[in-house]
Amino acid sequence: MSLLAVDRLDAFYGDFQALFGVGLEVGEGEIVAVIGANGAGKSTFLRSVAGLLAARRDAIVFAGQPIGGAPAHTIVGMGVAMVPEGRKLFPSLSVEENLRIGAYRGRPGPWTLDRVWRLFPRLAERRRVSGTAMSGGEQQMAAIGRALMSNPRLMLCDEISLGLAPVVVRELYAALPGVVAEGCSLLVIEQDIGQALRIADRVYCFQEGRVTLAGRPAELTRERIAAAYFGA
Amino acid sequence: MSVNAPSGRIVRATRASRFGGLAAIVIVAALAAMPWWGERSAMRTVTEFLYILALAQLWNLMAGFGGLVSIGQQGFLGIGGYVLVLLALKLGVDPFLAVPLCGVAAALVACPTAAVVFRLRGAYFAVGTWVVSEVFRLTFANIIWLGAGTGTSLTSAMTGHGAWKREAITLWMAVAMGAGSIALVYLLLRSRMGLALTAIRDSEVASRSLGVGVPRIKFIVYVLSAFGCGMVGALVYVTKLRISPDAAFDINWTAVMIFAVVIGGIGTIEGPIIGCLIYFLLRDALADYGAWYLIALGALAVIAMVKAPRGIWGLVQARYDLRFFPVQRRIVVAPAVPLPRGGRGRPTADSEIRR
Amino acid sequence: MDWVSVILEGALLGGLYALFAAGLSLAFGIMRLVNLAHGDFIVVSAYIALFLAQTVGLHPLVAYPLAVAIMGLVGFLLQRGLLNRVMGDDIMPPLLVTFGISIMLQNLLLQIFSADTRGLVGGGLQTASLALGHGIAIGWLPLLTMGVAVAVIGALQLLMVRTRLGLAFRATSDDQTTARLMGIDTRLIYAVAMAVALVVVAIAGILFAIRTTFDPASGPSRLIFAFEAVIIGGMGSLWGTLVGGIILGITQAIGFALSPGIGLLFGHLAFLAVLVFRPQGLFPRTRGA
Repeated sequence: MSLLAVDRLDAFYGDFQALFGVGLEVGEGEIVAVIGANGAGKSTFLRSVAGLLAARRDAIVFAGQPIGGAPAHTIVGMGVAMVPEGRKLFPSLSVEENLRIGAYRGRPGPWTLDRVWRLFPRLAERRRVSGTAMSGGEQQMAAIGRALMSNPRLMLCDEISLGLAPVVVRELYAALPGVVAEGCSLLVIEQDIGQALRIADRVYCFQEGRVTLAGRPAELTRERIAAAYFGA
Repeated sequence: MSVNAPSGRIVRATRASRFGGLAAIVIVAALAAMPWWGERSAMRTVTEFLYILALAQLWNLMAGFGGLVSIGQQGFLGIGGYVLVLLALKLGVDPFLAVPLCGVAAALVACPTAAVVFRLRGAYFAVGTWVVSEVFRLTFANIIWLGAGTGTSLTSAMTGHGAWKREAITLWMAVAMGAGSIALVYLLLRSRMGLALTAIRDSEVASRSLGVGVPRIKFIVYVLSAFGCGMVGALVYVTKLRISPDAAFDINWTAVMIFAVVIGGIGTIEGPIIGCLIYFLLRDALADYGAWYLIALGALAVIAMVKAPRGIWGLVQARYDLRFFPVQRRIVVAPAVPLPRGGRGRPTADSEIRR
Repeated sequence: MDWVSVILEGALLGGLYALFAAGLSLAFGIMRLVNLAHGDFIVVSAYIALFLAQTVGLHPLVAYPLAVAIMGLVGFLLQRGLLNRVMGDDIMPPLLVTFGISIMLQNLLLQIFSADTRGLVGGGLQTASLALGHGIAIGWLPLLTMGVAVAVIGALQLLMVRTRLGLAFRATSDDQTTARLMGIDTRLIYAVAMAVALVVVAIAGILFAIRTTFDPASGPSRLIFAFEAVIIGGMGSLWGTLVGGIILGITQAIGFALSPGIGLLFGHLAFLAVLVFRPQGLFPRTRGA
């Protein structure tokens, strides 16, 4: 049984439809990447899974439970954590407090404050600093650490490479397999296709609110990806 | 996904509005003729209805269109009343001549006031306007010459006219204010400034970035509203004849304005008319029960904000698409242009995109 | 004119104003909500305490804390049942709803209790005074009120900084969407915040009612004093609000000493002056971008 099963998911912003019958699966211990151009609906999709957008109840099933349309704060309690687009650290909180709030609705598991400091040593030096008074890369580390603090079974990462230098992005992605090894699956949205293909077990491509391609990186040719990305 | 840019023309009138315009003229004429066919207490009620309507329309202009929620309009009403005392009682000016001057006085006070309160935004702006009104109240309560805390009587200033003439002119002034406020708001909103106002209401930030002179427009709307409140204040005390700071600067003036607009329908011209009707009906029905009509009014306003934020007229509009005073602009798209299918919309041959 | 006494009294009065302001500041800080019925809730607390003490006959030391607890519950239910429905990006609905509640409360109190002025029993605290030497004496009640104000503000600060709830408050205040992604039930947090705010309101209301007589129309003025204290002190800072309250109290006291009719006016003018010359207040807390 897959950890996350999305079946025929639609999403609306008022009268505007952003997703059309999206289907996707994430298995235990998998890293699944979602690629697509701007406006393709990737973030909308993630927000639906996280509970920020209304959805049909059985359109999203997590660990066997239908969670479509459930409030965001209960979904966290079930083991889904989000690293939001733009990091969204809390400016009034220090780095350490940002991490602590990640554990607000924590579940038992391997991730503690100390583990996160060990994963991202640079953060430990900045623990008392305001969440937003750091470089982009450090903020991204903090955002990932914050999500890990709730010991999720599934972590949703929204464009973690956005605005960061390639060397920083590589450093971040290098940390991810370790996360998966501890028992957390990943659903990653990425603009950087190369990065997505390198790290993912399976890839989906979105275009204008629909899934246009799905498969293992090895099976996907450049032509197929380009066609799916931009639309034939 | 491409579509030919549809050609459209901007249409303002609706069938209902043409009817509405005619009806308005008939009603105004009938009201103006009341001194000849109406009896005194009915005239008094109509007078009161019309000046409350004027207050509501102007508050709606400020808040519903300009986004300025002021709970200090009673300050300008009070100033209007007291300047009337100054002009009519102390300086011997004919009270009816004084009324528009009181409006001007209030507008003049509004200018430096705006400079101060516009430093605040949103809810803080609202409380700030209330503080300013309190400053006015306390100031006048300390002027012994104008009656200080206990107030003063205006009867001696009104001896210049016979009873019939006095009631008639009062009514005509109220008609001018009521109809005038509607006309003012209507014409203003149909003008370029009106388009700007609607844009500001929707998004102030976007409007600013597009070069809309937001501060200037807000200022104009604020001063206009003060002018109206000042004139109404003067007219109120021409009829009531006894003024005191607590009465003239009573927050309940603003409460009635706000509740009428909210219950009737904020952001429309028809809304305040309905809201005022409801206010008068409620007050009449609960007349024997002291302050219960205010409690009922407040409760209705709260319920309206939660269940029907667009008010009664908003509900009617949504259901029947009626507009007597159309202030929005509709783009009528020429037919035979295939529109893209998407989401839950269905293309129609002649689509109206309503703004 | 004994100016030392005047200024001292005014400063202590500032403690009461700071208490008025603390609840307002809390609600605004966490929820961006300015409760226009804030002052009326202060008065309602006084009436509840009055009812419990006089009509029900409870001893004040039982009635007053009970009134505080009741107001806490009222705050929770009010937010949960009504205000949560109108919270959002548009500032108008909560403003208009709380204004409606304000008018309703004033008139309900009028209908139930009539317009007579009332006072709360204070066990002689109103008149007891402490002699400080050099002919200066300060009242025990104002001193106690200031002490309570400092204690309450200190407690609120501790709550915000050292507790899990406070962490949730601050996160929700920064970004309520991301807070939900942390597992925070923001609707519940808002209800708790309002409950805390009204607890502070009730404490302020009872101390106010022991000190001065009150009637159903006393609410709006309390809101205005609270608001002025917040603006003078600087938004976003509870200790700043204490300073703001003290400054307001002192300016009012000076005004009253000069002429009874212009006491309040002086305070308002001080507020307007701060607004014109230093709109961010004296101790504004700048938020991280």
